[in-house]
Amino acid sequence: MNALYLTLIPIIGAFVIYMAGSKNAKYLALFFSLAILGFGLSTLLSFNPEGGLQGVWSMPWLPKAGLYLAFGIDGISILPILLATLITPFIVITTFDKKLYREELFYALIILAQGLMIGSFTALDSFLFYFFFEASLVPVIFISAIWGGANRIKATLKFFIYTVFGSLFMLFALIFLYGETPGAHSGLIADFHKLELSSTVQAVLFACFFIAFAIKTPVFPFHTWQPDAYTEAPATGTMLMSGIMLKMGLYGFIRFLLPITPLAVSEYGHIAIILAVTGIIYGSLAAVRQGHAKRLLAYSSFAHVGLIAAGILVFSKDGLSGSLFHMFSHGINVVGLFFVVEIIASRTGTFELDKLGGITSQARWLSITFVVLMLGSVALPLTNGFVGEFLLLFGLYQYNPLIGFFAGTTIILGAVYMLRLFQKTMLGNAGSHVKNFADLSATEKWVLIPLAILVVTLGVYPEPLMKLTEPAVKQLIETHYLGR
Amino acid sequence: MSVKILASLIPLLPFLGFIINGLGFRTIGKSLAATIGVSASVLSFGLSVWLFAAMTGSGVTTQEIHLFNWITTENTNISFSFLIDHLTLLFLLVVTGVGSLIHLYSAGYMHDDEGFGKFFSFLNLFLAAMLLLVMGNNFLVMFIGWEGVGLCSYLLIGFWNKNTAYNNAARKAFVMNRIGDLGFLLGIFLIYITFHSIDYNTVFSQALAGSPGEGVMVAITLLLFVGAIGKSAQVPLYTWLPDAMAGPTPVSALIHAATMVTAGIYMVIRANVLFSLAPFTLEFIGIVGLVTALLGASIGLLQNDIKKVLAYSTVSQLGYMFLALGVGAFTSSYFHVMTHAFFKALLFLGAGSVIHGMSGEQDIRFMGGLKSKMPITFITFLIATIAIAGIPPFSGFFSKDEILAQVFVHSPVMWGLAVVGSLMTSFYMFRLLFLTFFGTFRGTHQQAHHLHESPLSMTLPLLVLAVLSAAGGLINFPQLFGGGQWLAHFLAPVLGGEAHVAHLDHSTEWMLMGISTVGALASMGVAYSLYISKKQVPASDAVEKGMLSRLVYNKYYVDEIYDTLIVKPLSSLGSLISEFIDTYLVDGIVQLAGGLTIWVGRQMRYLQAGNTGFYVFSMVLGILIILTFNLLF
Repeated sequence: MNALYLTLIPIIGAFVIYMAGSKNAKYLALFFSLAILGFGLSTLLSFNPEGGLQGVWSMPWLPKAGLYLAFGIDGISILPILLATLITPFIVITTFDKKLYREELFYALIILAQGLMIGSFTALDSFLFYFFFEASLVPVIFISAIWGGANRIKATLKFFIYTVFGSLFMLFALIFLYGETPGAHSGLIADFHKLELSSTVQAVLFACFFIAFAIKTPVFPFHTWQPDAYTEAPATGTMLMSGIMLKMGLYGFIRFLLPITPLAVSEYGHIAIILAVTGIIYGSLAAVRQGHAKRLLAYSSFAHVGLIAAGILVFSKDGLSGSLFHMFSHGINVVGLFFVVEIIASRTGTFELDKLGGITSQARWLSITFVVLMLGSVALPLTNGFVGEFLLLFGLYQYNPLIGFFAGTTIILGAVYMLRLFQKTMLGNAGSHVKNFADLSATEKWVLIPLAILVVTLGVYPEPLMKLTEPAVKQLIETHYLGR
Repeated sequence: MSVKILASLIPLLPFLGFIINGLGFRTIGKSLAATIGVSASVLSFGLSVWLFAAMTGSGVTTQEIHLFNWITTENTNISFSFLIDHLTLLFLLVVTGVGSLIHLYSAGYMHDDEGFGKFFSFLNLFLAAMLLLVMGNNFLVMFIGWEGVGLCSYLLIGFWNKNTAYNNAARKAFVMNRIGDLGFLLGIFLIYITFHSIDYNTVFSQALAGSPGEGVMVAITLLLFVGAIGKSAQVPLYTWLPDAMAGPTPVSALIHAATMVTAGIYMVIRANVLFSLAPFTLEFIGIVGLVTALLGASIGLLQNDIKKVLAYSTVSQLGYMFLALGVGAFTSSYFHVMTHAFFKALLFLGAGSVIHGMSGEQDIRFMGGLKSKMPITFITFLIATIAIAGIPPFSGFFSKDEILAQVFVHSPVMWGLAVVGSLMTSFYMFRLLFLTFFGTFRGTHQQAHHLHESPLSMTLPLLVLAVLSAAGGLINFPQLFGGGQWLAHFLAPVLGGEAHVAHLDHSTEWMLMGISTVGALASMGVAYSLYISKKQVPASDAVEKGMLSRLVYNKYYVDEIYDTLIVKPLSSLGSLISEFIDTYLVDGIVQLAGGLTIWVGRQMRYLQAGNTGFYVFSMVLGILIILTFNLLF
């Protein structure tokens, strides 16, 4: 039942928040997000890594067509679900110091987005997954289009059309697979996994799934919606997109691409891996030259998810364990960093690095938390970023040393752009827009300090989280991996 | 208490000091902050001494301490564990011992700095990272410390973070270190793939049992060595170290002597089994070390900034250590690490004392005659200078002599070049000494007025280090003088790979020793005649220099070359990507697709514009087409 609750409570919560009006919207949103977090944690406690699929709830949807409203949790989805439940309360709190236009709508959309995104991770039926995959766009699009920056409409429209365009390929693939299922047909993802498809068919399906998830993630060269969308969206929208939403794309690779088209992965996977690794270097180099703090982080995020996607497509234990862990870490780090940048911009009125500088002497807590999040992002050992990057790079190195080397340049280039961001904003003399910079407020501390603690804790002792995914990863590989 | 807890406390205490002083910065008073910082380090030293005594007393050569599983997957299992053996013990003593003196010194040196508590916090973290580095039982724990010291150097080099040049130096140090770190990381991957483990014991015993082929060993060791090149500032990744002097002077002492740069040496000695199985890599290391030794020494000849001379001297001395590693003389290399830690810490702290006394002046052209005003600083600096110059009977003589002897056995040509380097060393060090402490004072009146000997908290560490610099050679006193070579025996269990330690006959050894000593004395004589007899002072920067001296003075323009060949092109590529390729090419295709859709849509619009005439026209056209088809087929 837990899987259903995790999906349904936020959706109901969103409705309640909207109905209750703007006066208490933020507190209601916090309440619901914490309640969901509570459910998430109880799910975690009762989760048995060796137990396969759990917390299942299902109901016939179109029984004659073999379609079910079926939800469940396994070792692949547990971390993305936990991430979504953990990070949303923080995203809600980041807005507490602000007075927003139509708060009831704003907070309802955040919680709705959370529910729909969790839905995509818990859905066991492929068409249900497709529904959540698409539906979760709606609240995020509205948040961006209503509360975003000057070019929000254009950026949002591009984001919307681009991702929906990609999803069409997925829809085609799903309908095809549905038709291939034996007997009265079934839309269950697990049934798709059992299909034995010819290599030509797999190649076509591989291409379809790859395009859909590569756009969502995004993987080079399907990323050009991302810098604009991240930059123009309000911080909340950016956090939802980068913190949780893009994990749907990465999750899709693991859930659909690897087990359904393993032949194609072994045959064409290298092309996808090369694209993803190209994205790491390309995104890093672009980040190095950004003058806009938020855009810099957008490119940095693009580079990081490129590494995760590449690690997934290697289809190895290290790659998959690393990718699941790194998805979790990336969610924490990227939300924290976008918030840091948002705090700086809300105090100074600018994201332009040239106008900033010298904040550190006026804001100690911001400096400390920023440094810790930055270290997580540049994958310093004993931060959460290192664990994932180590395993991903190791996976890639085992796949091909040269690819491992090129992907590994991320540890150099990542340091270049992150240290530049830190220096340009925090160090040196006070920039033209930096005057009387106030340190973190109480609510801001409630976000950044716990996130910084998570960065270190998960880096020092990642084992509990790793153990959650281990059996599922093993099972996935043993059942579907076909070698190269 | 168990060994496990006490040993874990060695890195943990400084780490706690970091947390307390870091979080309590500005709320904890300066004297308390200093007490916390210094005592964390001193306690850690005390524990190291205890551990040393306990292990040597009971005859235990190695001790493994398992703490917890760190990174585990189905395929990979890496634990967070310590390995204490003789090599670790020696490093623990030097790191915490010299580290403690530097901590104590900082209490005086940084006293008026507003970032006092933060400084101690970072110093403690630096120590903790270095301790982790030498205590790990596998390559990845070493890597934690490895990157940790990189972070600390970043934090401390850019400690005065209002200054953009300092911040750039800090960033440069971190990034250049990371270039090396990538090599190290790839080396770790290859070790894991080859041996299915990265625990030292497993890897080394497997490597000894059946070498997996020289090709693999060369690849592994070269990758590891790339890491050492970055961390230990060898050619071509050495340029960050001279810039690192942007940090407060105790930081330089810490980076150059006790921690950080010796990490590369530690790594090679630790993995001596692997390196010994890869003669090609050793040869390569020797050449890199020799080139670095000569390059660093030659640049040091003409520098006028007291810290810059010392910085290039470190680059050069590290070169000697790698040269020793390259000829397989791991003990000699460690010997020099240790003596160098003593005299280089002393030199930097002495330089700090000078800078402190000179109200911040670092240019030796504006110093002179300080020996009467700062007697303790002078005497200790003199001892360190004699030690580093390789003049008997101080420590540097023994360690350097041992290296030179081993190099001679390997290749007389390399020996010849190495001796040239040591002549340069003697010259630039005595040049520094003479210009700073002898002659007449060349600074401003104000500086002369302020000039004073430093407080006890600063001079006490100088005195202790002076004793160590003088007597440190005893630890591996050569057989030639009836010594027992204690160090060589002590390290023997760790050095599974040191197969070919050469033994020279005594007459050759006397001859080599004589040549290098006479050479060093001669260089000192040249410096004496130039800077004391002839009272020369290096020309001001405005004076036009000859081609060669301009080349050397500007450090062979290596920074500029890197900037032109690597930094600028990559940066331009970044601009090209973000301003052109991404916007117009990659996104251009997307925009084109979007534009095409709009265009088609616009054309189609006429189809349903509500124009009855057009509808009738297209209907008739359609009927005609259908009829034509029917008639034709």
